[in-house]
Amino acid sequence: MDLVTLSRIQFSLTIAFHYIFPPLSIGLGLLLMIMEGCYLKTRNPLYEEMTKFWVKVFGLTFSMGVASGIVMEFQFGTNWSYYSRFVGDVFGSALAAEGIFAFFLESGFLALLLFGWNKVGPKTHFFSTCMVALGSMFSAVWIVVANSWMQTPAGYHIVGMGQDRRAEITDFWALVFNPSSMQRLSHVVMGCWQAGAWLVLSVSAYYLLKRRHEAFAKASMKIALGVALLSSVLQIVSGHASAVVVAKHQPAKLAAMEGHFEADAPAALHVWGWVDDRKQELKGALGIPGALSWLIYGDASRPVRGLKSFAAEDRPPVNVVFQSYHLMVAIGLILFGLSLAGVLLLYKEALFCQSWLLRIFMFAVLGPQIANQAGWMTAEIGRQPWIVYGILRTHEGVSRVVPAAQVLTSIILFAGVYLLLFALFIYLLDHKIKHGPLHAEQLSPHGRA
Amino acid sequence: MMTLDLNTIWFLLVGILLTGYAVLDGFDLGVGAIHLFSKSDRDRRLLLNSIGPVWDGNEVWLVTGGGALFAAFPHVYATIFSGFYLAFMLLLVALIFRAVAIEFRSKQPGPRWRGFWDVSFSVASIAASLLIGVAFGNVAWGVALGPDREFTGVFFDLLNPYSLLVGILTLALFMMHGSIYAVMKTEGALHDQIRGWVRNTMIFFIVMYAVATLATLLYAPHLSEAIERHPVLFIVPLISVLAVANVPREISRGRDFQAFLSSCLAIVSLMALFGIDMYPYMVYSRPNPEYSLTIYNAASSARTLQIMLTIAWMGIPLVLAYTVSIYWIFRGKTKLEEETSY
Repeated sequence: MDLVTLSRIQFSLTIAFHYIFPPLSIGLGLLLMIMEGCYLKTRNPLYEEMTKFWVKVFGLTFSMGVASGIVMEFQFGTNWSYYSRFVGDVFGSALAAEGIFAFFLESGFLALLLFGWNKVGPKTHFFSTCMVALGSMFSAVWIVVANSWMQTPAGYHIVGMGQDRRAEITDFWALVFNPSSMQRLSHVVMGCWQAGAWLVLSVSAYYLLKRRHEAFAKASMKIALGVALLSSVLQIVSGHASAVVVAKHQPAKLAAMEGHFEADAPAALHVWGWVDDRKQELKGALGIPGALSWLIYGDASRPVRGLKSFAAEDRPPVNVVFQSYHLMVAIGLILFGLSLAGVLLLYKEALFCQSWLLRIFMFAVLGPQIANQAGWMTAEIGRQPWIVYGILRTHEGVSRVVPAAQVLTSIILFAGVYLLLFALFIYLLDHKIKHGPLHAEQLSPHGRA
Repeated sequence: MMTLDLNTIWFLLVGILLTGYAVLDGFDLGVGAIHLFSKSDRDRRLLLNSIGPVWDGNEVWLVTGGGALFAAFPHVYATIFSGFYLAFMLLLVALIFRAVAIEFRSKQPGPRWRGFWDVSFSVASIAASLLIGVAFGNVAWGVALGPDREFTGVFFDLLNPYSLLVGILTLALFMMHGSIYAVMKTEGALHDQIRGWVRNTMIFFIVMYAVATLATLLYAPHLSEAIERHPVLFIVPLISVLAVANVPREISRGRDFQAFLSSCLAIVSLMALFGIDMYPYMVYSRPNPEYSLTIYNAASSARTLQIMLTIAWMGIPLVLAYTVSIYWIFRGKTKLEEETSY
């Protein structure tokens, strides 16, 4: 395999593994704020127990995120050195801002969150929880801003020729508020909240099915259901907003997402289908004619730019983008349906005895994880063949000085290490869940029994 | 006198971030490097808990230093990280293993589980210290760069004697620094035992420091030009020698905290010496010095440096505030408690 392919494999391996954990931390961070806030308000020890249990899970996901995240900070330089030279002036600022505003905040207050129970008062502890949650959000802000600049570059100009050609900032705020950053940020953050909420829902459903820690599980489930429903509704809104931006600024990506080939025709919204990348056509598809045109322009007869209007070398791989996009949307809708059903049943006080639904909840933890990965695949593969959309091609960005054999070595190294880490993560998570909250058996919904 | 242009300010700021990393993560890497000298599970837990609340924040200095390098000197970031590819991959694996070893060790009581993570933690700490030192050594000694600013050498060029020497020097420095930190954070029999390690690691460091200084003067004369031209800068290596010499004095008087401060000062002055030796170079090119990366030909645009400076002015007070508060809250001797310990 050639250097570019190997470098891409390594990047997707390390980023996909990393991206299991930050969404869990960001989502759990929000839930911890709510749980500990409830404790401060009511002083009900049940909430204290919940906070302490979920802090332990948070500590695990956070440390996995830190361990796998260090790689990300340096990988632009190691494997994408020309890219780094080209974008450093623009992209580097966002990454440095992430370090100074987000990482220091998170890691500083994390110490208090994990170790500070007996060192500081409950209010200071709550403050630390909020700061860690805020820090993890800031981290998402800067990294999504940086990535969005790669999708919809703004606030820069190109200077220099040949080896010295690069992008330089002209307007920092135009870079930060580039055309896609806010829509994509809200889409990513909602995905994170769903990841956290469904982890809590899944573990709580497991306890309820096993008839263990029931008061604890019910209270956790109520909070998580609220977050899950709210974020799944907002997710649909932000998803729509993101798609409209993609239509405007990355038409080739949108056409790939929907398998729309005709150069200039009204576009259908496809429920499913299979793209033959070689023949460049969509097969066996079920579509609603004009629905994509209507969603984007509010007019079902308005044409949407299709893949055939792009030169072959400017088109992304279509089928993988189509499938990952559709997978993400399908899961998003299912999660909305599940959380709505959960909330309605909760309202009727009939949720906790629906063992069929609880069983689905238990496995639904995988939903946001798969959707988050599929969403990023849509975004990143849909951007191809560009590493910075319209400006720099992916194959140009790679580190030419690194021998392909060394990249292969590091892929094998990371694959081995990550496999071990993932197995340990699952083992420890399972252990924590089986062990359960410390004193929850003696707790009733109204405090200590 | 030189004027402080933006490029020089960023040279200093990146230097400060890396110095912060060396001072802070230096001690927890050092504690890792001496971890296996302690024998009982209780002692090892005490050592781990002494760095427990802070190691993660310490590592952030490296991550932010990397980010600042990317933003302010993208060519340095790109050249070094792609040029030293395998070495950095090993460093990343070492840092990953270290992070999870600290986290996972306490999760199971079995001696084989704990033994595995103890060895992982210690080996990874030693490997990380060595690799960081070797990287610094190469940057100072010089690496083969082409006119396109790309590394033209091969992996084994990086294992030259001078760079390996700087690697071992760094390990010795961190071991000394970590032992002094551990003395400060422990009490009783363990405290007395670690005092012995401080003596041994100090001897190790002083020997390596002398050899490295000699090697620099004899074989890397480009590194001492600045001090030759401005003899007043000679005060910097002098401070580092005095700071190291002060450590046994403070320890023998039982003033462990002052000993630790002294060790911090030694690292700060060594990093300052490194900066003085390098300035205005960032990566020295050998055998073609004209291809060297400097703070000018490797930098981002003035506008970016200015924007980043604003970000830094906003961020630095916050960072210092968090760092000082965390160290203040977790001050004093480390104790093993029920809920919060590794």
